[in-house]
Order: sequence, then C-alpha cells, then structure tokens
Amino acid sequence: MTDTCLAEIVDKYGTGKGSLIPILQQTQEQYGYLSRENLAAISRMLRLPESKVFGVVTFYSQFHLKPRGKYIVRVCLGTACHVRGAETLFQTISRTLGIAAGETTLDRLFSLERVACLGACGLAPVIMVNEATHGRLTHRKVEKLLARYRREGEAESA
Amino acid sequence: MQEIVLTIDGKQVTAEPGATLFQAAAAAGIEIPHLCTYRDLAPTGACRMCVVEVEGARTLMASCTVPAQHGMVVQTESPRVVEARRMILDLLLANHPLDCLTCEKSGACDLQDYAYRYQVAESSFAGEKKDHPADTSNPFFERDHNKCVLCGRCVEVCAVVPRRHAVDYVYRGFDTKVSTAFDVGLEDSSCVFCGACVESCPVGALTPVQSRGQGRQWELTPVSTICPYCGVGCQVDLLVRGGRIVGTRAGDGPANRGYLCSKGKFGLDFVHHEQRLTTPLIRKQGVLTQATWDEALDLVARRLRETVDRDGSDAVGALCSAKCTNEENYLLQKLFRAGIGTNNIDHCARLCHASTVAGLALAFGSGAMTNSIADVAEADVIFVIGSNTPEAHPVIGYQILRAHDEGATLVVADPRRVELADRADIYMQQLPGSDVALLNAMMHTIINEGLEDKRFIAERTEDYEAMAQAVKDTSPEWAADITGVDPGAIRAAARTFARAERASIIYSMGITQHTTGTDNVLSIANLAMLCGHIGRAGTGVNPLRGQNNVQGACDMGALPPFFPGYQRVDDDQVRARFEQAWGTKLPAVPGRTMLEMLDAALSGEIKAMFIMGENPMVSDPDIEHVRESLAALDFLVVADIFLTETAELADVVLPAACFAEKDGTFVNTERRVQLVRKAVDPPGQALADWEIITALAVKMGLNWDYRDSEQIAEEIRQLTPSYGGITRERLEGDGLQWPCPTEDHPGTPTLHVGKFTRGKGKFHAVEFRPPAEEPDDEYPVILTTGRILYHFHTGSMSRRSCGLDGIAPHGFVEMHPDLAADLGVDSGDPVRVLSRRGQVVTGALVTETIGRNVVFMPFHFAEGAANVLTNSALDPVARIPELKVCAVRLEPVGPGKEDQS
Repeated sequence: MTDTCLAEIVDKYGTGKGSLIPILQQTQEQYGYLSRENLAAISRMLRLPESKVFGVVTFYSQFHLKPRGKYIVRVCLGTACHVRGAETLFQTISRTLGIAAGETTLDRLFSLERVACLGACGLAPVIMVNEATHGRLTHRKVEKLLARYRREGEAESA
Repeated sequence: MQEIVLTIDGKQVTAEPGATLFQAAAAAGIEIPHLCTYRDLAPTGACRMCVVEVEGARTLMASCTVPAQHGMVVQTESPRVVEARRMILDLLLANHPLDCLTCEKSGACDLQDYAYRYQVAESSFAGEKKDHPADTSNPFFERDHNKCVLCGRCVEVCAVVPRRHAVDYVYRGFDTKVSTAFDVGLEDSSCVFCGACVESCPVGALTPVQSRGQGRQWELTPVSTICPYCGVGCQVDLLVRGGRIVGTRAGDGPANRGYLCSKGKFGLDFVHHEQRLTTPLIRKQGVLTQATWDEALDLVARRLRETVDRDGSDAVGALCSAKCTNEENYLLQKLFRAGIGTNNIDHCARLCHASTVAGLALAFGSGAMTNSIADVAEADVIFVIGSNTPEAHPVIGYQILRAHDEGATLVVADPRRVELADRADIYMQQLPGSDVALLNAMMHTIINEGLEDKRFIAERTEDYEAMAQAVKDTSPEWAADITGVDPGAIRAAARTFARAERASIIYSMGITQHTTGTDNVLSIANLAMLCGHIGRAGTGVNPLRGQNNVQGACDMGALPPFFPGYQRVDDDQVRARFEQAWGTKLPAVPGRTMLEMLDAALSGEIKAMFIMGENPMVSDPDIEHVRESLAALDFLVVADIFLTETAELADVVLPAACFAEKDGTFVNTERRVQLVRKAVDPPGQALADWEIITALAVKMGLNWDYRDSEQIAEEIRQLTPSYGGITRERLEGDGLQWPCPTEDHPGTPTLHVGKFTRGKGKFHAVEFRPPAEEPDDEYPVILTTGRILYHFHTGSMSRRSCGLDGIAPHGFVEMHPDLAADLGVDSGDPVRVLSRRGQVVTGALVTETIGRNVVFMPFHFAEGAANVLTNSALDPVARIPELKVCAVRLEPVGPGKEDQS
C-alpha cells in the first residue's frame, strides 16, 4: 500500500515525537506537495490522527496540499519593495503567468506567492524564483526573466 | 503529604493534592467562569475566562491549569479579574454573531450567560467577522463555524471519549477553525456521531438537527431513563416539551458516565414516528382492520382458550421481549405458565446468548457477565473475541479503547479486521466457527509453557485433568490449519493473557451464535480459570448482552426451563413455591425454545402464539422457514410499537407503548437493574405491555389487578431470591447489580469472588467441531452476519430514525477485493447472495478488512435480509442457531436483469 519512498522517509526520521514536521518537509521535497494519500499514510505510520496531521500541515505556510509549479515565484511585498512599486510588479507577474497568489499554472511550471520580506531590501523590488534572487526589477526585466524560465522549463520537460 | 489550605474569596479551602485552583474552588462551591474546561478532560487553558488573581503573582492566572498550593490567597471576582473577563468577552463577541433571538443554544449558552453576568452587550471592536460555510453534511448535527469560540472542548472530547480524533484545529490565525482532516464534512471523516462534542459545546456552534425550533432550553423537562437500544444500559435524559421528546442528553449512569452513542443520542425519534400503531388491529377477510381493545382482547382470550381446550396447553406458545421491561416479561411468562399452563416461553436471548447462559451455568453456576463495565479500566490485558464492541456496544467500546490507550494490552480475535483489531497489540483473524480450535491452542501453549495458575486451579476448580487432556494435542500449528491464524500469534496471545496480573475476556455473538456456541463459551470459561482471571476486578468472563433488557427478560423466566431467577420449573420445591404464590398448578416439564416452537408450528403441534415486541421475521435464521411456520399457526397475536414484518402476519395486532411511555426496570449487561421512567403518553390507544397482559388475563378469567409496574416489581422481588433486596426506592441513581438478596445488601459488582456460584469452577473437556455447514463446490464462500453502528437488531426502531436511517439506509455484503475481482464487481454494485435456504440481492462493499473467502452482511435490513440465507442448525445444548456461519455463493447481477428475490 505505502509508497517505498515514503516508507524510507519515515524510517529515516522515526515515528517518535517531533518526527512529523521533518517527515512532512521531506515528503514535500520528494513529491512537490503533500497529497491526501501521503498524509493518510504518514498518519497511519506515525499512529497520529489524520485530523492532527492535517492541523499541523495547514498551520505552517511552508506546507502545500496541492501540486506546485516547477518554479516557485515569491514576490516580496515588504516595506522597501512596497515603496519601489512591488504591488504593480506583482500585478504584472500575475498577469503574465495568468494566476493569482497561491495558484499554480496549468502546465505546472509556475506557482506564485506573496511574501512579506526576503531580506534583500537593498535590491528592491525583489523576487525569488526557487532559490535564485532577482533584484532591482522593472516590468520589462521581470517579463524577460519569466520568459527565460519558461523556455528553460519547457526545454527540460520536452 | 502536607495538607493544602488556601484562601479563595476570603474563604478557607482545603484542596486535594494535585487539584487545580479551579477544582479547589469548585469543591468549595465557588464556580469560576470557564469555556474550555470540561468535566474530567485534561485542562487546555485555552479560553482564559477562568483567570483569577493570586496574591503576589504578577499576572492573572488561568485557574484551570494552576495547581492549588498551601497558603495561596486567591480572588476569583476581583475588579482586575472582572476587567480581564470583560475584555475576553469583548474579543469573543467581536467575532460572534449576536443572533441569540433565534439561536438554538439560547438559554443554555455559556457565552450568553457570561455576557449577561459581566454586562457585555456588544463588542467595542469593529472588523472582519468569520464567514465559514456551516457543515451540514450529516443528518445528526450541524457545525456552525461562525459561532465557534475555539475553546477546543469538542476536539478534546472526541479524542478522549469515542477516541476518534475526528476534528482538530486547522488553518491558522484568523482562519483557524475546528474541522476534520482535509476539511471535509463530518460524514466523510472518522466521526461516529456519538454527540459528545454537541453536548460539550458551550455555545451554539454544534446543535442537533432534530431539536431545531422544537423548544427553548428553559421549556424542556428532562426525564431520566434508560436507552432502549443495546445492553450497555446507558442512562439518558429525554428532553420533553408539550408531550413530545424534542432532544436527549446523556445521563450520568454507571455504564455511560455522561456519554452516549449515535443511537442513544440521535436515534430516539422513532418514538413519534407516524407509523406507530395507535389502535388494535384484527384481521378481517385477510386485511388487518382497526378494532377496539374490547374486540381485540375478547378475540385473543377466546381463541387462546379454545386452542387450550381443544389441543392442550402446550399447543400455545409465547415469545417475551428483550425490549420490554422486567415487569412485562414477568407478567407474560406468568400468564402463560399460570393462566394457560405451558412452559412454551422463550425470547430472542435464544438467538444471542443462550449458549452463554447454558455454558457459564455449567462452568460457574451463573450465566451472566461476571464483572462490571467500568472494570475494564482495571485490566492489564483485554482479550476481545467475537465482539465488534465499538459498533455493537459503542459506549463499552470507548472504555476498551481508552483502557488500551492508557496502557492495557489489547488482544483481539475476529474474522473481520474491525476497528478494535486495527488498534490491537495482537490480532488473530480466525475463520468463522474455528474459535474452539483457537482457544484450545492458546490453552495448549499456556499449559506447555507452565503459565497456568496452579494455585487457582487447585483451590477453586475441578475437572482440570480432563480439560488438560483435551488440549494435549491442540498445538498452535494444529490450530493454524483450522483457524487460518499464524501459530506465532496464537502463542503470543496465550502468553500475554496468561502472564497478565488481571486479564478480562470480553465476547459477544461471534462466540455464541454457533452450533458450537456452548462449547465456545465453555472454552472461554476454561481459559479464564486456567489463568485465574476471574473473581477479581479487572478480570472475568464478560459476555456483552445484546438488547437493552435481554438480561432482565432471562432473569424474569422468559426461558422454557426457568421461573424468575433461574429457578427450574422441574424442581418440585421451586414449583411448589410458585404454585402457592400464583395459586394454581404449574407445568413441570420445560417448554419449547423459540426455534423449536416455530418447528412445532409448522408440524401443527403448536397452534397459537403470542409474540410481544419481537420480530423473528427479520431476526431469526432461515426467514422463509419462519414465514411458513408462522403462516401455519391457527392464531397469531403480536403486540408491538410498529407493524413489523412479523406483525404483518398476525391475526391480531396490539398497539404497545414504547420505552419512553412507561415505567419499569431494565437490566443491563452487567446485571444492573435500572429505572425506566415515563416521559410522554403513548400514541392513540396504545398501552404498555403490562397493561395489555393484565387486561388479557382479566378477559381470560384471571383475577389480576396490577395497577402499576411497581406492584409487579414487588411481586418479582418476593419470588426471586437474587432480586430480594431490589426495591424501587433503592434504584434511584445508579440502580443495583444482582444478586442483591436483601434490602441491606449493596449489590454484586463482581461474581465468583472467593467462591464460584456453583462452589468449584468446573473445567470442561471441549473438542473442536466444525460448523454445521462448511463451504463446498456449490457454496464456496463463508457468510457471517452481525450488526453495524447505526442500526439495531431488526431495524424496527433504528430504521425509523431520520438520522440513523439517513446515514445508513442500505444493507450490503462486505467482501475482499480478490473475491470482488473474481466476481467482477465494485463497491455499490448489486450482488446476488445464495445459500441452500434462499437468495437475496444487495450491494457489494469491497474491503480488505475481511478474509478472502468470507463475506459479511448486517442483519438489520428486511430488504435483502441476511437471515434469508442463514442456517437454522442448532447448538445441541443451548438450542441457539448458527447465525454466524453458513455457506453461500455470490453472483454479479448484470445491468438490466430485474431482481425477483
């Protein structure tokens, strides 16, 4: 029944107290998100109620219950970025990708998130795409940036 | 330990060690406002309403989490405390709809009460309010998230009582709400609708659907009585307004301590169902037609007399009822024994625990549950065999699960991997009908490894050698072939059971409903005695009785060989005593059992029957045979609350009052006699069964003048030694557990302490015998039957409850995915199930929890009735039929093929 990979993750962290969050993180890392099946299996293996597991997952914004894009676009809306036009930049990104905050494009290339501060105020306005930080953005720059990611992403999946 | 004395509101208070400030205050009669603290649940400190001022402490403290300490000076209503409470209320009201005018909870709402007490009319905070859609997915209760104050009582109570963990806090911050895993409706969660959360809710967030708009809280009159469903005997308050039961509340009875299951909480609306019988009916030209009581009873009296005069007393038989009160069962057996002169008296105990009564009487001298329900908390090991407790006896199920979570080892043997099995430390999935082999293999292991209790065996028992000889060759390897259970698991179970300090065996119909039912029970008695696990708290042989008053009906002599109190009819001294008391000659030969009466009806030896509150047309095996038998009678009278499948065949139908419409006593599975109280009037002309029987007796020329149930109870007490001390006054509150021979006797929570009822406990050599019908080429699959959580017995009550029938409207046949694949069916597809007796069509339910060659059907459903298929082969001693095992064949029902069965 249980996926081998998931069983390995649970094996690695054990079923004791305190293992739930690392197991959830690793599972999300592995599968991109936390599926209902995986959460049910984790709850079974850890002998924790599903409601408890779900409560933990929905408490932390780092966990996602739906499949996410290959590229996670985090748009900073912190103070410095805000004064340098982050809100309109966000709208441009949202329009370009065709998704609102918290959504994922149909081709599963991009997910879009609003975040409070990325800690790179000197580069405002700033966004992160996965682990890469892109600063001093303009509307034109961001459109080119997203187009580049799209090309790369499509090429890789082709 | 040093005494803890502290000052609360200027009053000297002595606190129990470990008590919180909240508890210390409560014990001193000071109630501190609170929203999250609830009964004996662990405090969560969530709501902050219970803050108090402790002298010397910098901040206010939540009294529910602070331990009381010696010398503390505490203010529970100081200006600072009041200000804090007002602020909490202000914050709560900022996000709470103020619709008290129409809110169901108004009058019993803690938030409303505290807002009034601290005069907080509205919130001073403006802002967004929660706007979650309500969860209306289930037919029992609604969850309105917008009224929820997030106190967490429902989360905690669900975890602690039914132990389902159906809900928890989900999401975060302002969006936080109490919901299920994946935020689905409760109907799709692990919720079992016991309603504990509804009763715990301090506000209007959880409200029963049935009660909506039916009455304000202050208009409801509670009447304490006993739930009419299973044998647990939960106390329940019926909430009455204007002659109608509009709601229920769990009572604080010893069996249930403030909690119920879905049937007791939400399943009592059948009382006011439109199909209740309201007038007597007489069959005229083949049609049941309304009649007066005089007409109906004249006819019944005349026809019974004519039958007796023509064919003799034994041409008449009666079925008493495990649903009716002690007093009613006593009267019906008295009418038939004394008024008619026959011992042809039985009832549905024949179908459930006849083998327990027979087997335990042989082994111990008393055929009842040896220990008390609450005792399960004291066991180190709980061995559950053939009992799906969380569904069939839910409130005992909660207590088993709790004991397990709190450290008891749980060993489960069941052909289906039911919930208990899933949670068990050791689980054995034996094939239906292989229990003796399993138990003998356990005992083989125990003796082989020297784990038996030699001292107990020597001092308290007899015939040990014969039993030891019988299990000499029954190794776990030998049993593995018969039971399908891994020998390792059998050994582990045996060792665990034997090594326990206190081990309790809990069983039910998985053990009893076999042609080897008595053997199964004897084997269980053997196992308990072998390890000395009997006669102490936390141990015992504990058969869970099925019906609300099946224990009482047995106690009252609704059995062919017994007068009340298991006094034999063929004992001359006993009979002489009853002859004197009842003023007439009494028959000395035990009568026919239930299924023997049906056989005799078919063969013409029994011509007339009186059936009170029983429905053999659904409950008995081989229904076609039952139909032919009842149809062969010259005259059939049925007294019931609905026109049941059996009543439809009657010549006269008498409308009876239900449990809520009369006074009397029920006896629960732990031998506890409890008071049943009238809450509402019966519908139309319906009468209590004791009134019907008394009126009939008078029509038959007997000089009976029973005026109330108490008068009957007093007569029972005089004639039944084990009830000798059970007076009506003494039953207030917790009731009494028999034996209770004298008025100063406290009752008996545990049987066989120090000495068995029969003196020495008697071992029996029991050899494995296979079931009467085993699978073969023609009928290759084993069918087993049982109950489900949401229905009871033949469904005459539960299927007329909106909620219960709403959530479980159909029968089904449970099968393993491999079998389903062979048949090419999926869950929900119609399947034809055929046995040598008949065939039915029902929906498939595919599940891995059942063995590959076993199918399961609940027997509650008259349509597609499981008992059309079951085998009426009988246990030779107890005459109980083998409802748990028969051989069947399954066929898919293709689209377009109309079912004719």
